[in-house]
Amino acid sequence: MSAKPDTRLTLFLLLAPAVLWLGLLIVLPHVEILILSFSERVAPRVYVFGFGNYLEFFTEPLYWRTFARTAIMSILVTVLTLVLAFPIALYIARVAQGRLRAMLLLLCLLPFWVSELVRTLGWMMLLRETGVISYVLQATGLTGQRIEFLYNDGAVILGLVYGGLLFMIVPLANALESLEPAVVEAGFDLGGSRWTVLRRIVVPHAMPGIVAGSIIVFMLTVGNFATPVLLGGKNGLWFTEQIYAQFITRFNWPQGAAFGMLLLLLSSAIVWAGLRLTGQSLGTTLKQA
Amino acid sequence: MAQSTDLDLVSVVKRFGAHAAVNDVSFSVAPGEFFSILGPSGCGKTTLMRMIAGFENPTSGDIRIRDKSMIGVPANKRPVNMVFQSLALFPMMSVGENVAYGLTCRGVSRAEAEERANRMLERVGLKGFGERHVTALSGGQRQRVAIARCLVLEPTLVLLDEPLGALDLKLREHMKIELKQLQATFNTTFAYITHDQSEALVMSDRIAVMNQGGFEQVGSPRELYHHPATPFVASFVGETNRWQGDVAAASNGAISVRLPSGAVIQGRDHGQSQVVGKTALAFVRPEAIALAQETSALSGLPNRFEGRVSAVLFDGANSSLLIDTVGFDEPVRAVLPQAGQLAGIQVGEAIHMGWSADAVKVFSA
Amino acid sequence: MNRPSVAWKLYIAAFYIFLFAPLLVVAIFAFNASPFPSPPWKGFTLEWFIGSGDAFGKPGVLVDPIWLDTIANSFKVAVPVALLAIVVGTVNAWVLERAEFPGKTLLSMMMLWPLVIPGVVLGISILAFFSRVANGLEEWLQTDLDFLRPGLPLVILGQLSFILTIATLIIAARLRKFDRSLEEAAFDLGASRARVLRTITLPFLRPALIGAGLVALLMSFENFNTTLMLVGSEAPLPITMYGQMREGATPAINAVSLLLMLGVGGIVGIFALTSKTER
Repeated sequence: MSAKPDTRLTLFLLLAPAVLWLGLLIVLPHVEILILSFSERVAPRVYVFGFGNYLEFFTEPLYWRTFARTAIMSILVTVLTLVLAFPIALYIARVAQGRLRAMLLLLCLLPFWVSELVRTLGWMMLLRETGVISYVLQATGLTGQRIEFLYNDGAVILGLVYGGLLFMIVPLANALESLEPAVVEAGFDLGGSRWTVLRRIVVPHAMPGIVAGSIIVFMLTVGNFATPVLLGGKNGLWFTEQIYAQFITRFNWPQGAAFGMLLLLLSSAIVWAGLRLTGQSLGTTLKQA
Repeated sequence: MAQSTDLDLVSVVKRFGAHAAVNDVSFSVAPGEFFSILGPSGCGKTTLMRMIAGFENPTSGDIRIRDKSMIGVPANKRPVNMVFQSLALFPMMSVGENVAYGLTCRGVSRAEAEERANRMLERVGLKGFGERHVTALSGGQRQRVAIARCLVLEPTLVLLDEPLGALDLKLREHMKIELKQLQATFNTTFAYITHDQSEALVMSDRIAVMNQGGFEQVGSPRELYHHPATPFVASFVGETNRWQGDVAAASNGAISVRLPSGAVIQGRDHGQSQVVGKTALAFVRPEAIALAQETSALSGLPNRFEGRVSAVLFDGANSSLLIDTVGFDEPVRAVLPQAGQLAGIQVGEAIHMGWSADAVKVFSA
Repeated sequence: MNRPSVAWKLYIAAFYIFLFAPLLVVAIFAFNASPFPSPPWKGFTLEWFIGSGDAFGKPGVLVDPIWLDTIANSFKVAVPVALLAIVVGTVNAWVLERAEFPGKTLLSMMMLWPLVIPGVVLGISILAFFSRVANGLEEWLQTDLDFLRPGLPLVILGQLSFILTIATLIIAARLRKFDRSLEEAAFDLGASRARVLRTITLPFLRPALIGAGLVALLMSFENFNTTLMLVGSEAPLPITMYGQMREGATPAINAVSLLLMLGVGGIVGIFALTSKTER
């Protein structure tokens, strides 16, 4: 079966799509923006090597402030998502049984198969000054006038947390499901309180799920574009917007490429740090998700 | 010679790197024979079978089926079909489609293939099962489908790779008999591999005992059991007591082996001449050991010892006793008598035992 | 642990309301007889689906060429993406599960890589790289190579860059569960290699192939970040919706959204059904 002369050819043909895909759509494009990010325009259509694009990032406060804001808010969103999702995942994995469990999980999944833009549209219709919440508050006489809930950081965080929930719940529920009920019972049996059992047994067991969920949510949040722009309006100030502006609006590709590299660096650094801190590996983490 | 065999292996060797999985194996299987290859896991029997089926190529040697060399012939062109350990029934097909699969591969029309498959199912006792899904069958039925799937192609040789391994004990006992009967009705040559000596002993016309890539002995079940050619066969086939000692005396086929404790056992060399002073292994079957409450009852036997029962291993007809015996490092195993005074013997009771010199097989270690 | 407290149950209930509130609002206001997608409720209408435009000045989604074109564009992207994802994903799964060659670990890590790259970065890198290629080739060949410029072909490539990872993982997971002895058994019974593949291996993989195709279809339909960077004049659905949402939309966008939800629900339903019957 092995060691035939045509096995090399077969292997070559099998590898070709993967090599083309990774080479042409991933590796070379990233080499391209890396090179691009180090080129400075000295005259129309004339570029030289230089660190100018990165210097520009550090000297222009708008840029690095947006960057820092994106990073910090993404971490905040990740933590909030984790805290909100944990009781849900725990319920799905350990309390709900049979059909109810399948139902709850399916209901979680459904909204996330609908376009991000539809979900964002929903939030805009709820939060807007002319929106549903404001209307209901006024109609019930709780407030005298219309209130604008949109276009502030709260709205952005709300939208991002909402968008991340599923990606937190699924890995968490998977991790929690594998916990033997007997282990939890033993924890109680040996005299642990609810809180001790949760802290000493349940959370450590769910750690791979927590890490996987957090990494995915963080990456999705940091790279999000539509939610901060639409829910935050002018106050959205998300770093992806800067990349878009440089590339599409100002047509300053080298600057945009430098921003892209910085975003990639940020997201990789946080992922790496998260994995290091918790001693997990990327492969097992992605499997968890 | 040319007409009298279905399968011939000639000095077949299979190496994986430096390791020889199969080392210079030769044997022949006659038409209609039920031939088993018996060996512990990792002895190379699976590799051997996969070479016959065509999934592996031998490093050297020849595999001939009805006197045609199979070297270079791919598995799908060999007149050999295999029943897999997992059975490998196709879960995406019905029972009938499973059985007809090989026929349609040969270009037999769909209608005829179905017809022949149904007839085959009838012969193996699965009439009307054609439309069923394979997952809806019991273990024994699945077994029969796997065999029917091969037999419908009328192969020269059917290979069976431990097909009973996954069945529970009761069903396995039943399937042993059924397989044997199937083989007899179809009169097809079967080559069966197993690590279970009972399967091999019950079903086979001849058995090859395999160990570390080579054949130890080929013979009928009785030959293997009563006249093992090597210490490995003696200990692998059937229960046995095994003692190591030095050859104390040897003349005219009579041998005495002195155990480290000084106890001496009288035995026979069975064709192998032994040198005095050399290390030797002595084997005695538990059923060859006579038990008595009085030593006088054993007076005709050259080997007589006394001991104390350390354990009663009750297992119906296979029950045995472990007896702590003076002069032996390990307890002696003997068959528990099913009737008479000794049937009720308890742990701790004293007992006398003895056996003939013929019952002792001595091999040089 | 097994007796959830009232507070916990209330929290679960509140969570699911929170989860569905935005979708519900979007769906309900698709039927509001008002030119604005906001309260108050002005009565039930199907104008935003099939209206001719006489009532509110803008036609319903199903007769509006703008929306029909954009939906068509989404299909022009999603169908090739799904088909390519199935084909390439299967080959990749084969490489991961069956082939042995030096550097396999590296390749399998590389295949996961696209998942950790932000979509926007994937978009700009592919945009920049293909522009350079196009510039080079156009100078050399002296022709226009429009398919390498922003547009639907580039969107297909951009979406494939990460959807292929998902498709590969789905199909490889199924292939890993495959019992190789089934293939050997078929081969042993006289089937040719091509026949083994057709009658044994591919039927076994079918649920995963369908699943990967549907997931690819959905991901393509809703992808925004990567698409935004690569889109030309023909915009797929999310891009058009984004534009309308920034400008302030009519309830037509709610109608489109509802259709999208129904479509997604349908696909998820098919997916759930096939995966249940095949197991």
